[in-house]
Amino acid sequence: MSNSYMNTLLFGIYPYVCLVVLLMGSLIRFDREPYTWKSDSSQMLRAGSLRIGSNLFHYGVLVVILGHFVGFLAPHWLVAPFLSPTMHQLLAMVVGGIAGLVAIIGLSMLIWRRLGDPRIRANSRKWDIAVVVMLWFQLALGLLTVPLSAFHMDGVLFETLTTYVKGIVTLDGSVAVLMTDVPLTYKLHILLGFTIFLISPFTRMIHIWSGAGVLAYLVRPYQIVRTRKKVVKEPARS
Amino acid sequence: MKIRAQIAMVMNLDKCIGCHTCSVTCKQVWTSRQGMEYAWFNNVETKPGIGYPKDWENQERWQGGWKRRKNGKIVPKQGGRLSILAKIFANPHLPEIDDYYEPFTFDYEHLQQAAEAQTTPVARPLSLLTGQPMDKIEWGPNWEEILGGEFDKRSQDYNFEAVQKDIYGQFENTFMMYLPRLCEHCLNPACVASCPSGSIYKREEDGIVLIDQDKCRGWRMCVSGCPYKKIYYNWSSGKAEKCIFCYPRIEAGQPTVCSETCVGRIRYLGVLLYDADGIEQAASVEDEKDLYEAQLRLFLDPDDPAVQAQARADGVSEDWLEAAKHSPAYKMAVDWKIAFPLHPEYRTLPMVWYVPPLSPIQSHANAGAIDTVGELPDVRSLRIPVRYLANLLTAGAEEPIVTALERLFAMRIHYRQRQLGEADGQEVLVQAGLSRAQVEDMHRYLSIANYEDRFVIPTSHREEAEDVYGLKGACGFSFGNGCDHGPSPSSLFGGRMGERKIAPMRPLDN
Repeated sequence: MSNSYMNTLLFGIYPYVCLVVLLMGSLIRFDREPYTWKSDSSQMLRAGSLRIGSNLFHYGVLVVILGHFVGFLAPHWLVAPFLSPTMHQLLAMVVGGIAGLVAIIGLSMLIWRRLGDPRIRANSRKWDIAVVVMLWFQLALGLLTVPLSAFHMDGVLFETLTTYVKGIVTLDGSVAVLMTDVPLTYKLHILLGFTIFLISPFTRMIHIWSGAGVLAYLVRPYQIVRTRKKVVKEPARS
Repeated sequence: MKIRAQIAMVMNLDKCIGCHTCSVTCKQVWTSRQGMEYAWFNNVETKPGIGYPKDWENQERWQGGWKRRKNGKIVPKQGGRLSILAKIFANPHLPEIDDYYEPFTFDYEHLQQAAEAQTTPVARPLSLLTGQPMDKIEWGPNWEEILGGEFDKRSQDYNFEAVQKDIYGQFENTFMMYLPRLCEHCLNPACVASCPSGSIYKREEDGIVLIDQDKCRGWRMCVSGCPYKKIYYNWSSGKAEKCIFCYPRIEAGQPTVCSETCVGRIRYLGVLLYDADGIEQAASVEDEKDLYEAQLRLFLDPDDPAVQAQARADGVSEDWLEAAKHSPAYKMAVDWKIAFPLHPEYRTLPMVWYVPPLSPIQSHANAGAIDTVGELPDVRSLRIPVRYLANLLTAGAEEPIVTALERLFAMRIHYRQRQLGEADGQEVLVQAGLSRAQVEDMHRYLSIANYEDRFVIPTSHREEAEDVYGLKGACGFSFGNGCDHGPSPSSLFGGRMGERKIAPMRPLDN
C-alpha cells in the first residue's frame, strides 16, 4: 500500500511539480530578473580543458536530449512502419550510448577544471558545482541503462517506458503504475531527470532556453538598429 | 537614401600627452566594479606597442571584424551565422583574461598589522580573481607604456607591416606616439552582427552602440567579433559590457567623460549625417585602401539643402541639423581631410577618427639640412614613418596621410610666418591646398580648441521617447532590478539583485 503510494507520488505527481516549477520558474525569472539570465561562461578566466570538454559535453548532450525527445515522444504510427521495437531499442542504445559517453567524458573534464582550477573554483557558486555533479550522475545512470537494456532486447521494457513518458506528457498521471516493476536504475534516472528540471530555473541551467532561442540568429539581419521614438501610428490615408 | 545622424568623435593625436586622465575618469565612473577591474572602456596605448589586450590588432589571431567573400558580400571574419553558433560552447578566438591582465590589488592591511620584525613589511599583490597572493605580476595596464620593455616585444606591433622596422630599434631613430582608444561606435559594427542573442544594437538617433544587459546571455561572440577588442566580458555578472559613449551625458548635451576631462583638449564631438542605405556597399569595397574614401563618401554635407530636406523627412530634428553645420567632426574629416578612421581595413566603418601626429624631423647625420619640398618639410622624413601611420589609419594608403600631415605643417608655418612678419604665408597654403579661411578655422579648432568649438552636441529628444513627467523620481541607473530590492540580500535566482559590490575581497584570512 505505502509502496504504491510512494510510486504514485514519485512518478505520478512529482513530475508535474517539477514541470510546473520549471515552466513557471523560468517564466518568472525571465520576466522579473532578466539580468540574471545568462550562460555564465567561465571560459574567459581560463579556457584550459574547456575548449575540448565543453564541446564534447554540449554536443553529446544535445544528441542525448534530441534522442530522448524523438525516442519517447515520436508517435507510434510514425515509427512503427520503419523500426521494430527491437531495432528501435538497439538504435537508442547505440546512438544514446555513444553520445552519452562523449558527453560524460566532456563533463568529467569540465568538473575537473571547475574544481581543480583555483580561478574557476573561487568563482563557482555552490549551485554551479551542484549542477555539474547532478548532470554527471544523470549521465552515468543513463549510460548504466545501456548494458541493463541489453538483457531485455525484446523491447518490452522500452515500450513500457515510452508509454510512461507519453502518459506524463499527455497529462495522464495514472501511468505511474507502469513504473512499479521497472528496475531501480531507470527509476533513479527518471527521478534525477525531473529533479534537474525542478532546479533549473534557479541555476545557470536556464541558458538551455536561450540555446534554443539563438536559432533566431540564423534568420535575422546582421545589423540591429533601435529607436527610442514612440511609434506614432499615422492615420490611414484614403 | 536614408539619412541618420551620429555623434562622432575625433581625436587630435598631435596634442595627446598620454596623461591617461581620460582612462582614469572613465574607469571611476563606469568600470570600478567587480568583474570589470580589468576592463578599460577607454585606454591609452603607447605606439609602437602590442597594445591592450595583447596583440589586439592581429586579426589573423583574433578573427575580429569582417571579411569580404569572393562574391563581394561581407561576413564576420570569425564566421557566418551557422559557424558562429557552432562555436558557442567554446569560442576558439576568445581572449583570456591574461591577454588583458590578471586584475590585482595589494595586501595593504598587512602593512598596518604586521608584527614587529627585522624587515619592513611588504604589501604582496593579491589576485582579484582568487583572492590569493600572486607570485609575480606578469602584466598590467600600460605595461609597455612609453616604450617600456625591449624593442623586440614592441616590434611585434602589427603596424610595422611593410616598414623596415629594424632601424627603429636604434636609439637615434626610435619614435613613439599615443593612441587613446574607446569603442568606435561603428556604422557597420561586427559585434552587433556576431551576437547570437541580438542584444547589441545601434541607436538610430545618435549612433551609440549599446548592449542590452537584460538580453545579453553571455555567449561572448561579440568579444571576438569586435576587432578593436572593446567589448569586455564581465566575469562576475556573466554579461558583456562596453563603452556606452556616456550616453546619459550625450543625451543631455554634455561631452563624454573622457572628452570632458581631456587635459590636452584633443577630443572633439560633433554630429555627422550619413547615408544609412550606403553602409553595406561602403563596407564591401574590394580594395581595403578604398575603405577610408568609401566611408568618407557616406558623410553628407549638412549645408546642402537637398540633404537637409531628406534628413527632415527621415526624422532628424532641426536642432541636430543645425548642430551638424557646426560639427567639428565634419570639418576635420570632410572639409580639411585631416582625420582618419582607425584600421578601416576591419570594414566596420568606425566613427572615432584620429588626426595623425606630427613628429620631429629625422636630421640624420647632417643636422640643419632638412629635406623640404617647396615651403613644406618633407613629411616622409618625419620620425614617425608615414607608412606606420597609414597602416594605422588608412589601411596602408599613404597619400591621404601625407596630405593631412602637410596641412598640419602648413598651418604652423603659415601662422609662424604671419606672427613673425616674415611673409603673408600664402605660398605654403597654396602648396597644401588650403584657403586662408580654412587655415584660420583649423587654427581656431586645433590650436585654440575652445570648449564650445570642440563639443557641439544637440540634446536628445526625450519627449519623443517617453512620458518624461511620469519618470520623475523613478529608478536611476542600476543593473538588473536594482531599484526593486526587497529585504533579502540575494535573489531566489542567484543574482545579487544588482547591488554594487565595490571592495570584493577580504583576502589572506585562510
